[in-house]
Amino acid sequence: MELEQKIKGYILENYLFTDDPSALASDDSLLDRGIVDSTGILEVIMFLEEEFGVSVEDEEMVPENLDSVRNLVAFVQRKRAAA
Amino acid sequence: MCGIAGILNLRADYPVTREELEPMVGRLHHRGPDAHGFHCDGGLGLGHARLSIIDPAGGGQPMAGPAGDCWIAFNGEIFNYLELRADLIARGHRFRTRSDTEVILHLYQAHGDDFVHHLNGQFAIALWDARRRRLLLVRDRVGILPLFYTEQRGRLLFASEVKALLPAFDAAPALDPEALDEIMTFWAAQAPRTPFRGVRQLRPGEMLIAEHGGLHTRRYWDWLYPPEGGDYLNGSDDALAGQLRELLEDATRIRLRADVPVGAYLSGGLDSSALVGMIQAGGITALRTFSIGFQDQDLDETGFQQQVIRHVGADHSRVQCRAQDVGAAFPETVFHAESPVLRTAPVPMRLLSGLVRRQGFKVVLTGEGADEVLGGYDLFKEGKIRQFWAAQAGSAWRPLLLKRLYPYLNITRGQGLEYLKRFFGTGLDDPRSPFFSHLTRWQSTAQCKLFFSDGLQATLRDGGSDPIARLRQSLPPELDGWHPFHKAQYVEARTLMAAYLLCSQGDRMLMANSVEGRFPFLDHRVIAFANRLHPRMKMRALNEKFLLKRAMRGLVPEPVLSRHKQPYRAPDIPAFFSDGAGADYVEELLSPEVLHRYGYFHPARVQRLVEKIRRGRAIGNKDNMALVGILSTQLWHYHFVENHHRNFHGVTEGAVGRP
Repeated sequence: MELEQKIKGYILENYLFTDDPSALASDDSLLDRGIVDSTGILEVIMFLEEEFGVSVEDEEMVPENLDSVRNLVAFVQRKRAAA
Repeated sequence: MCGIAGILNLRADYPVTREELEPMVGRLHHRGPDAHGFHCDGGLGLGHARLSIIDPAGGGQPMAGPAGDCWIAFNGEIFNYLELRADLIARGHRFRTRSDTEVILHLYQAHGDDFVHHLNGQFAIALWDARRRRLLLVRDRVGILPLFYTEQRGRLLFASEVKALLPAFDAAPALDPEALDEIMTFWAAQAPRTPFRGVRQLRPGEMLIAEHGGLHTRRYWDWLYPPEGGDYLNGSDDALAGQLRELLEDATRIRLRADVPVGAYLSGGLDSSALVGMIQAGGITALRTFSIGFQDQDLDETGFQQQVIRHVGADHSRVQCRAQDVGAAFPETVFHAESPVLRTAPVPMRLLSGLVRRQGFKVVLTGEGADEVLGGYDLFKEGKIRQFWAAQAGSAWRPLLLKRLYPYLNITRGQGLEYLKRFFGTGLDDPRSPFFSHLTRWQSTAQCKLFFSDGLQATLRDGGSDPIARLRQSLPPELDGWHPFHKAQYVEARTLMAAYLLCSQGDRMLMANSVEGRFPFLDHRVIAFANRLHPRMKMRALNEKFLLKRAMRGLVPEPVLSRHKQPYRAPDIPAFFSDGAGADYVEELLSPEVLHRYGYFHPARVQRLVEKIRRGRAIGNKDNMALVGILSTQLWHYHFVENHHRNFHGVTEGAVGRP
């Protein structure tokens, strides 16, 4: 839960500029909502690497890993388990 | 160039007085510091602020026509006036002056409203036909010069800038929410809309006729292209390049006509280098050129500028533009632009025209328009790649061409394809859409609206505001039959060039320092020729401005011909925040209290954007646009609404307070 709160909080704060958790559902697509664009996705990766110490490989840059809060949480958990 | 202003009674029945015109013309003093002139005729008044360039002794305005029953106030230049004058003289017309202004009056006498088709130039004209009690307002074909109008108490008021209309407003003006909606989509309000509620502007290529107490408009020119597969120009690459070169050289030659010295802007890119080459080839040996230098190496083009300067041997001056200079000059820039903007790029253009003026020049030629007319923008390239991709939407490698355009996407090699598809795949299923090439950009820009206040969002929602649908309705019906590349050119020329580049970043920034710009690439003969070229003459494979490069061989240094095109940009966020702290006026205008008072933006969201900036985490284009858009809207309100009385009912001429 803490992981989800952190990731969701980051997206809310930095892309939707709000602290209202109802502004973003965990399954919402960041692409469909227009939340990240081609530079925004780099910011997300930078955040993951700095905040959670994971390293995002090129081949991991797929929507299944990065395109919603739920996918991001699962991705970070998998990376940590593998580390 | 100059400034014009005037009043016409539509239903009012009290005469127009010079005392009413003086404060209007006074607000245009920067456009025409050399002389002010007035003409009143019952319910009609014309005013003029003059920047003397052609026939300084005889060209005073407003000017009466040959029979004394017509009067004109004119802002601009008619570059083919010598040919028109000779032709009119041969047909029996007699001239009192050597000015281009008088030529317009004679042409009107000879051709009526169709006089406009004979003009090659840039113009905003107010022509009063006293015999018919009829006023004609005309704006040039592509929108180089502005012309605004409004109705107040049964009168039509018109002027070169909105600030000249405001002294006649009893109450402060209001921001048109739909205009802000357009700015946060297209970068600019689309004519006839302006940011000022109730103030309209003539569309490029349009005339407004005021008679019998009513107004109507007529479009006399538009960017038109042949039907796809239709009537394109025939000829080999070299033959067409030769024709283009001849046309451009003539367009340049007639734009060197002036009774004062003429200089040129030199960015180091292909267009301005070609222009400078053509000026020199035309026999001007001691050319003065001007450019902007940036501290930020990513924005600076000094290296290429030096190559061109050496090549042509120009006498060059440069204004060095630091981030803090942009921040310091931004408030007054918004006052001159009269509109919120999403980029700071107008600021260096104003600093550059200031340099030109300090060096004693009133006229500069620039390469503006080449990218629109001859197909230079990355946006056109992106559209072409996406069309190629849309033709086989399942292709795995076609979208990879986009990486050529956006090198930073290379980190997405391998599996990044999915992201490419999502970023650039919008509208791929509708390749015939007039907005195929622009929709991605507009949707990205529209993210700025996230910061609108709840009240503004509700107003727009309740009013059903839809900028893209409005634009669609205003397109010419022929457009559906054009090649996708030509659709993109049309949309770009109208929504961005005419509405933003030539205004907020063009005329207003030049005129702020009493400097006239002239644009050979926007000669309507060049446009007519280029519009009939097949798109492959503009973009050969992914080589932009193909025919222009071919036409300029030998005239422009080879490295400039083959360099990668660099978009003109200025520092955005770093102009306003240094080490996490905003400039004083920035902190004040973005404070929750002022945001709440002005009412356009959501204070808490803006605070979070500011916090992100302070932490140094705002790196994307969207955050930059949002900040500049919010700040410039706040400044617009500060200048034109909050300080309306001080700025427009005081005695000062064009002076502007600082927040």
